[in-house]
Amino acid sequence: MQTSPSPLVQRIGVPKETFPGEKRVATVPDVVEKLIKLGFKVAVEAGAGDAAHFSDDSYRAAGAEVLPDAAQLWAASDIVLKVRPPSSEEVALMREGGVLIGFVWPAQNPALMEQLQAKKATVLAIDCLPRTLSRAQKMDALTSTAGVSGYRAVIEAANAFGRYFNGQITAAGKVPPAKVFIAGAGVAGLAAIGTAANLGAIVRANDTRAEVADQVKSLGGEFVKVDYEEDGSGGGGYAKVMSEGFQAAQRQMYAEQAKDADIIITTALIPGKPAPKLITAEMVQSMRPGSVIVDMAAEQGGNCELTVPGEAVVRHGVTIIGYTDLASRLAKQSSTLYATNLLRLTEELCKAKDGVAVVNMEDDAIRGLTVVKDGALTWPAPPLKAAPAPAPKPAAAAPAAEKKSSHGPGEPMSAKTLTIVFAVLAVLFWAVGAYAPVAFLGHFTVFVLACFIGYMVVWNVTPALHTPLMSVTNAISSIIAIGALVQIAPPEAGTNGRPDGLILWLAFAALVLTAVNMFGGFAVTRRMLAMFRK
Amino acid sequence: MSQSLATVAYLGAAILFILSLGGLSNPETSRRGNLFGMVGMALAVLATVFGPRVAPAGIAWIVGALVIGGGIGLYAAKVVKMTQMPELVALMHSLVGLAACLVGFASYVDTSIQLQGAEKVIHEVEIYVGILIGAVTFSGSLIAFGKLNGKIGGKPLLLPARHWLNLVALLVVIWFGREFLNAHDVQSGMLPLMVMTAIALLFGVHMVMAIGGADMPVVVSMLNSYSGWAAAATGFMLSNDLLIVTGALVGSSGAILSYIMCNAMNRNFISVIAGGFGSGGGAPAAKAGDAAAPQGEVVPVSSAETAEMLREAKSVIIVPGYGMAVAQAQHTVYEITQTLREKGVQVRFAIHPVAGRMPGHMNVLLAEAKVPYDIVMEMDEINEDFPDADVAMVIGANDIVNPSALEDPASPIAGMPVLEVWKAKTSIVMKRSMASGYAGVDNPLFYKENNRMLFGDAKKMLDEVLGALKG
Repeated sequence: MQTSPSPLVQRIGVPKETFPGEKRVATVPDVVEKLIKLGFKVAVEAGAGDAAHFSDDSYRAAGAEVLPDAAQLWAASDIVLKVRPPSSEEVALMREGGVLIGFVWPAQNPALMEQLQAKKATVLAIDCLPRTLSRAQKMDALTSTAGVSGYRAVIEAANAFGRYFNGQITAAGKVPPAKVFIAGAGVAGLAAIGTAANLGAIVRANDTRAEVADQVKSLGGEFVKVDYEEDGSGGGGYAKVMSEGFQAAQRQMYAEQAKDADIIITTALIPGKPAPKLITAEMVQSMRPGSVIVDMAAEQGGNCELTVPGEAVVRHGVTIIGYTDLASRLAKQSSTLYATNLLRLTEELCKAKDGVAVVNMEDDAIRGLTVVKDGALTWPAPPLKAAPAPAPKPAAAAPAAEKKSSHGPGEPMSAKTLTIVFAVLAVLFWAVGAYAPVAFLGHFTVFVLACFIGYMVVWNVTPALHTPLMSVTNAISSIIAIGALVQIAPPEAGTNGRPDGLILWLAFAALVLTAVNMFGGFAVTRRMLAMFRK
Repeated sequence: MSQSLATVAYLGAAILFILSLGGLSNPETSRRGNLFGMVGMALAVLATVFGPRVAPAGIAWIVGALVIGGGIGLYAAKVVKMTQMPELVALMHSLVGLAACLVGFASYVDTSIQLQGAEKVIHEVEIYVGILIGAVTFSGSLIAFGKLNGKIGGKPLLLPARHWLNLVALLVVIWFGREFLNAHDVQSGMLPLMVMTAIALLFGVHMVMAIGGADMPVVVSMLNSYSGWAAAATGFMLSNDLLIVTGALVGSSGAILSYIMCNAMNRNFISVIAGGFGSGGGAPAAKAGDAAAPQGEVVPVSSAETAEMLREAKSVIIVPGYGMAVAQAQHTVYEITQTLREKGVQVRFAIHPVAGRMPGHMNVLLAEAKVPYDIVMEMDEINEDFPDADVAMVIGANDIVNPSALEDPASPIAGMPVLEVWKAKTSIVMKRSMASGYAGVDNPLFYKENNRMLFGDAKKMLDEVLGALKG
């Protein structure tokens, strides 16, 4: 910490998660190595990674010390990395003035926040990351966790569902594909759409934010619109509460989808509010027996009226899965992703790579994450100025159009310039026509037309071949050899006092020079072009 | 061979030259294009040698000259390194310029050509202009050659009142042109012609000396253009349409290349053609640079860390610059590319139009190192993809990746299109030191927080990166 003057290397501690059933761990052996490279010492509680299939030995091999119990670990660590918010027992073990990084959910856990302040702790809540900062994406554990959960939700649904996902025509008869409806196309929803589509199901999805329709389609889903005009983009990429009229239209649409779908996965969350009840008891009743609902919002009360948080229940013949630990059920994957997110965060904290974390409150991302600083409450962070939902971007299109001129003849000239160019040319041509003899005009015509041909042809040359173009034009310009050739020994030689010897030597020298150019130019062009290959 | 047959052969040669340039529109057809050029040249030379304008007595001389020159040319083409291409091309331009001068003088002293009135005036104007362009091309290209291979310093030499000097030179040339036309015989006309040639030679030297090393792509293509106009002027002088057509093709090709290069550097075409480069840009440029001194920290990385970032990336964009050519690092770059591609990393190259010292210089180097050309992209093709790239690796380039060109209107390179590497998740810049590029502008890219600096010689560093990638 920058408050402690000693430059001592800090120890990062990773305890075993204490929440019942939690299998994840806040760091994995691969990441331990990288944390050590940043200069930190790393300690892991014995058995911390067991449930996620990371053995104590693998942590040791990566360079971490393994401490036998939680009390020792918390006491030895300057910085503690966790997944779940710490229990009050854990906070009691924490060092005075220590640093805690993990999910905290300050809004839902006021008692915990008070306890942490009393400990003079510095707390970085990964759930408070300002997600709209593009720089923050690498630390966005909510996104990586949601992605894992979305995947797992489909796997849970498949497990409970009695049929194939993909349609098949077999000797034993025709199997129709499963129909999956996904409510809410956030990160979790999109992961679920992709997974279900890959399993071969027909996937439909809905979201109140119209801008996600393209993302749904890109993953192989079909976007179902609510027949009502209103956009639901709230701050920070989340949805907002919709109007009454919209909700009625939405209920209507959900009722229709419920009748048709085999599997419904709901992911609708509104920050700081209980989850919206999208699936009513009647809708469940209208579903075919054997259907499955996975309610990913179970922890916030559920999107379905009949959800029992943390359990899978059967109601009206429909399995309703309300597990709140979907990410934990894919512990190895989610631990690895989460550990990488925390590594990126640690890198931001320790730019000097000297094993000392510095909480720089000037940094937007760090400011947002920090909910308690040396015992003082710093949550919620002041809002960022950055626009939450990127508006359609005309700004990006404009420079692209401007740059066009660097390749190809570009936009037509303005009428004014064109007039001037034509006027100048007309004067020039008139002057030539008025004074020059006929023989000259013939050559002049050829010259002007050749310039035009050159102009047309050369614009088509690809920029990659500009060097060969130069060397080949250089070779071709040795056509000047013709001039030397006709001077060496013309039929008129010897007449009219022509200084044959002088001309011969001049022409001979010119011919040698052009021959160097001619042979050298073509040969080097050939050598270059032979190198260009796919 | 009769005059008509020779003329038809010339027409065929002209068509072949046009097809040759047209063939360069893509790499597939380019080899055939070069072949067309060779056939066209052979046709033109043979038609001339066996045509009515060459007596059999000259054939031995011609064969001798072709053998000597051809031998030198083929040898040079074989031994030249691809990094030296700009020098070779500049040197060859100077040969064309010198040849044009010699042919012009030979034509002038040729008393067998008897013309009267307007025809005589036009013929002499043609000689005068032909020698003028030839001499400027010759001396300018020699200086460019010296600058490109480092024999002459890259810094622009700016004489005081140089625009006035140029103007005076032009007036003197015109005045001697009048003297030359009024001369009654060859002897009295020789003096003005010689004086003009000397002035033209000095002008060529002065023009290129005043141009900085980073602007060399424009200079080289401009001299390419001049060598074409010299050929065209010779064609007028000798009343030979093939020379006129070919000269015009080459001249307009060079002019278009210069125009493209100017656009890529946001320079004015007219001021380049006049040779008056960077005038008045120097002093305010330095001031603007001070005012907008970039804020932030430079974060150096080691080659091992670079290798790690590359290995973990999904998409890598490599931006090569002149530094890669100097360090001869293109082969190592290719091996790194190969290693990363085997690991499933998408690797692409982004080429700025003025990267290197000659148009297309980087493409040739990468092609030499066997980098497939379909992963080598132009600036316009790839600039939009930087935000999706995990790592953008800049090898020995500076001004072409300088964000102040877009962000700082006071910057001397403001408005120049640049490769937007800072939009990648991480950019790594390989450089020998923190020195600024040719434009003399500090580069705020180095201070961006997603940028890392890998200091050292490009070849050595890349070798280390490659070792770390394979290890």
